[in-house]
Amino acid sequence: MDWSLVLNWAFVVALFTAAIRLAVPVLLATLGEFVTERSGILNLGPDGVMVVGGVAGFLVAYFTQTGPLAAASSWLGLLAGAGAGMLMGLIVSVFAVTLRADQVITGVTLVVFGHGMANYIYRQQFSSLTARTAGLPPFEVPLLSRIPVIGDILFKHDATVYMTVILVVLVWYFLEHTTWGLSIRAVGENPAAGETSGLRVAAVRYAATLIGTALAGLGGAVLTVVQLRMFREGIMGGRGWIAVALVIFARWKPGLALVGALLFGLADAVQYRIQALSQVGRGAGAIPYEFLLMLPYVLTILALLARSNRRGQAQAPEVLGRPYVKGEM
Amino acid sequence: MTAANLEEKRTVPPQPRRWLITLGAPLAGVLAGLAIGALLILLAGANPFEAYATMMRGAFGGRRQIEETLLKTAPLLLMGLGLTAAFRARVWNIGGEGQYYMGALAGGVIALNFADQWPRPLLIVAMLLAGAIGGALWAAVAGLFRIRRGINEIISTLMLNYIAILFMEYVARGPLQEPGGYLPESAQLAAAARLPTLFGSRVHIGVIIALVMIPLVYALLWSTPLGFRLRAVGSRASVARYAGIKVERLIMFALMFSGALGGLAGIMEVSSLHTRLKGGISGDYGFSGILVALLGRMHPVGVAVAAVFFAALTIGAQSMHVVYQLPVALAGAVQAVVVLCVLAADAIAHGKMNRGQ
Repeated sequence: MDWSLVLNWAFVVALFTAAIRLAVPVLLATLGEFVTERSGILNLGPDGVMVVGGVAGFLVAYFTQTGPLAAASSWLGLLAGAGAGMLMGLIVSVFAVTLRADQVITGVTLVVFGHGMANYIYRQQFSSLTARTAGLPPFEVPLLSRIPVIGDILFKHDATVYMTVILVVLVWYFLEHTTWGLSIRAVGENPAAGETSGLRVAAVRYAATLIGTALAGLGGAVLTVVQLRMFREGIMGGRGWIAVALVIFARWKPGLALVGALLFGLADAVQYRIQALSQVGRGAGAIPYEFLLMLPYVLTILALLARSNRRGQAQAPEVLGRPYVKGEM
Repeated sequence: MTAANLEEKRTVPPQPRRWLITLGAPLAGVLAGLAIGALLILLAGANPFEAYATMMRGAFGGRRQIEETLLKTAPLLLMGLGLTAAFRARVWNIGGEGQYYMGALAGGVIALNFADQWPRPLLIVAMLLAGAIGGALWAAVAGLFRIRRGINEIISTLMLNYIAILFMEYVARGPLQEPGGYLPESAQLAAAARLPTLFGSRVHIGVIIALVMIPLVYALLWSTPLGFRLRAVGSRASVARYAGIKVERLIMFALMFSGALGGLAGIMEVSSLHTRLKGGISGDYGFSGILVALLGRMHPVGVAVAAVFFAALTIGAQSMHVVYQLPVALAGAVQAVVVLCVLAADAIAHGKMNRGQ
């Protein structure tokens, strides 16, 4: 392959633009998982939540494309994705909080459940994979989008990118600077003490799980409704699991989660971009595209390796993954 | 998500009612799961009773149907049994898919290169061994990450799935592509490299091997010191460590053992069904294997029953698809619903008992 195709400004700008875009679904799921785990619930189901949000969002966006709601179809799809995510979240919380079931086992099962349901629902509506949604047009931020390079990379995205940035700030503020956020962190660190000071542990954990899964469902819908504008089996490509990994990678620091999601987006973008190029520059020296497709997964493992040590993660919420039984701790 | 977080105290229910939960929860789960499946069928505009009857006939209605169900049972059973050993030690290998592919690849390479040089018995044994070793080594990668760097195996085995599948797609299109072929697949395996079949049916020795594994895994878990240690690590790793058990080695064993059975399933399916190395040869056995192990209560006999049930659902769903145009994916949805219901029934039963004490 011809490396001069890669080493030029236009390519770099396109690469980083795509990286930011592609980081969005996984970032939303990471953000959600962050909130949920802060409350002490280990939800291993984001991949299942995302795919259910993805299929629900896709169907709603697709079927509202024609008719009176056509102008809002993408947004209705995104809303449906978040809603479907919360339905999955309800299952997660019933198992984790009310039934006090093993969170690892139910999480893994929920992922298989989500994929099975999503595939069934999609196949039940469509016999082929040709259906497409309209997606959202790019929105050029006035003035800022005219800054050379930076404007191209940061300020010419579709609205979901800006929405995600706002959500990141909101969730960070909510967790760190509001009483509700404090409650979530309190039941994740010491539920018994929280209970004593008047918190309803179960209610707080339900809320944290529903917020988390709404975000994951929204992430799945962004991918299917706006970015790929289609649904097919396996479309999440393990993004929900990468979100779980990013929370570990970030060691419960939101800033690092953001960096991690952008790194994932970059790996994904490199993969798409170079693949597009090697269609042109085929021949000796071309990197087989399967190896490029492996990049996000290899990167996830490398990220965990880089941040790991034998002692595990020090910053994890104290009671993560352990059900709370009144008076037991 | 450290190992310590994932371990939790398990209350053992009092003996007399234990069997009731052991059998009652899966039965209740299966009934609830089938009921929700019936609802899905109803929503799709078909008659659930007729659809289920079609499924039954499709899975057990005749000699050919029973053969198909048995053939489908073998990989599910192998996966489920391997994962049973791992889950008993609370080692969460969800990389069955990747181990299946790497087993298929390792065994397939033997088959492609030595089919015309080695006598058939040697060839078949070598293929199966290579399959098991391929799967075990791929799982060992996650084992190394876990014991050397403390990386949770749930994430690493899952990431390794994608890497293994993509690697298979690469070799099937690249170095192992059929000479002169256009499709992304290897040459067809020689007749000698197909698993021998039995009694003039399509049932092959892989089914027998899977069945033999039932008592073997039972013996491993309940009659060997190794099995005792695995279960000890599963119930309380910290206590097991104080008792002098080398927890790291057991984690490695649990991963490699389940990986080996996954790899074995992979080469068996390639040798008997697909006959070529290529992408898309698994049908999600890595994940349905998890459900099989859970539905079977991580007990070899239960796992066998669960594997037959899952195989029947999958084969039956194909007939249902032909007759009612219901998506085959229904089987996958119902399977997961069944296991969720079992987990719920389990937790409810446990919760009641904890309060009763």
